Amino acid sequence: MGGHLNANHLLFLGHGALWTVGLSLIALIGGGIVGFVIALARISPLKSVRLLSAAYVQLVQGTPLLVILFLGYFGLAAIGLKMSPLAAASASLTLYVAAYLGEIWRGSIQSVPKPQWEAAEGLALSRTQRMIKVILPQAMRIATPPTVGFMVQIIKNTSLASVVGFVELMRSGQIVNNSLFEPFIVYAIIAAVYFAMCYPLSLFSQKLERRMGRGSANNLSLA
Amino acid sequence: MQQTASSTPIVSLRDVQKSFGSLKVLDGVSFTVERGEVLAIIGRSGSGKSTALRCIDRFEKVDGGEITVCGRRVDLPDVDLRALRQDVGIVFQSYNLFPHLTIEQNITLAPCSVKRMDLSEAKALAHKVLAQVGLEEKIHAYPEQLSGGQQQRAAIARSLAMQPKVMLFDEVTSALDPELTGEVLKVIEQLAADGMTMVMVTHEMGFARSIADRIVFMHRGKVHETGPASILTAPTTPELVQFVGTGNLKS
Repeated sequence: MGGHLNANHLLFLGHGALWTVGLSLIALIGGGIVGFVIALARISPLKSVRLLSAAYVQLVQGTPLLVILFLGYFGLAAIGLKMSPLAAASASLTLYVAAYLGEIWRGSIQSVPKPQWEAAEGLALSRTQRMIKVILPQAMRIATPPTVGFMVQIIKNTSLASVVGFVELMRSGQIVNNSLFEPFIVYAIIAAVYFAMCYPLSLFSQKLERRMGRGSANNLSLA
Repeated sequence: MQQTASSTPIVSLRDVQKSFGSLKVLDGVSFTVERGEVLAIIGRSGSGKSTALRCIDRFEKVDGGEITVCGRRVDLPDVDLRALRQDVGIVFQSYNLFPHLTIEQNITLAPCSVKRMDLSEAKALAHKVLAQVGLEEKIHAYPEQLSGGQQQRAAIARSLAMQPKVMLFDEVTSALDPELTGEVLKVIEQLAADGMTMVMVTHEMGFARSIADRIVFMHRGKVHETGPASILTAPTTPELVQFVGTGNLKS
């Protein structure tokens, strides 16, 4: 059966790897947009908005991504809302990533020192102006290392989309293995490809973290 | 109600009450500041002097009493905060410059976004106010490249660019080394000479004595003694005697 690993198999895996990257980007962009709204909602002056967004975050963070994927693909289909594996995986990952990025970014916004808000208020800037011109530029610097670090989690978590039949790297590995019966070599290759995607991001995140602090209000010591 | 503008104080506090939880910070504070006047609020840490100052710009909401600033009732919930803060400039102990912006951008931000000033006009204004505080050469620097004294002068310039009717100084030299304090005080002195209305919370007794038209000595949330700067050299209450006698009277 099967035969040997050949160029076609590798091409197939490469194709899967591209979808892993694609799905990661979809999750990052979709989750980023929704997450940004969540972050702002979490610090809203309106209590109801704060509570709702906090409930969303708790709900998603307290649910395994695998369950969210099953709900999105099999669950919704059972009640008449049939989605393609790509759509279901994208939607589930977006919801999932949004909850985490929302929290990372809320924390970043809130770790801009309070006197910065006051100084902006004292200059008569509106709440929106304070946010856009004073707080967010500083929060972005704070948020960048953990956000890049979280991208590693996104990439690895896209492998779960294989369970709804979406052919990304993990699923393509399973398919190749089904014809070759060489699980060690096939999954070792898969692991190596994931590592090759994630490790540079981890390094980059660490580098950013070390560079952080320059040009932040925390750094303007009172000395 | 026929009062002329000149006789109406720019800032007036009447029986202001404020508590943080069960701690009563302001217990019936009243004072007024006339146009062109320099008022120095002095007192021990925890006497409520910074809180009183922050109430003027409504960084603290009061529990009772009346505060009027430039004809506006600040204690009422419907006060137009943005209009209030265009009239009132505030400078903080920790400078609070925006670290991601150059000094010029720090200064032009509010005139451009709040007053809708042209960028070129705002830049000219930045030059002008930086000249006033003697920092023209730092216009393109970032805050972290400046010394503490320079940062505080830049913060004063940023506040001046909004052309406030009254300036509040909240212990603006407390974070500075003695040798850097002088350059900031000199700037404030010049502002006073130019006729700016100012309220300052300060620990610099010598400075308060030389610059202030009036002193408010706060003790346990109350205005304990008030009068011209001479009360610092001839205090009448034992508390002020003790306060100025504890080595606070630097010249």
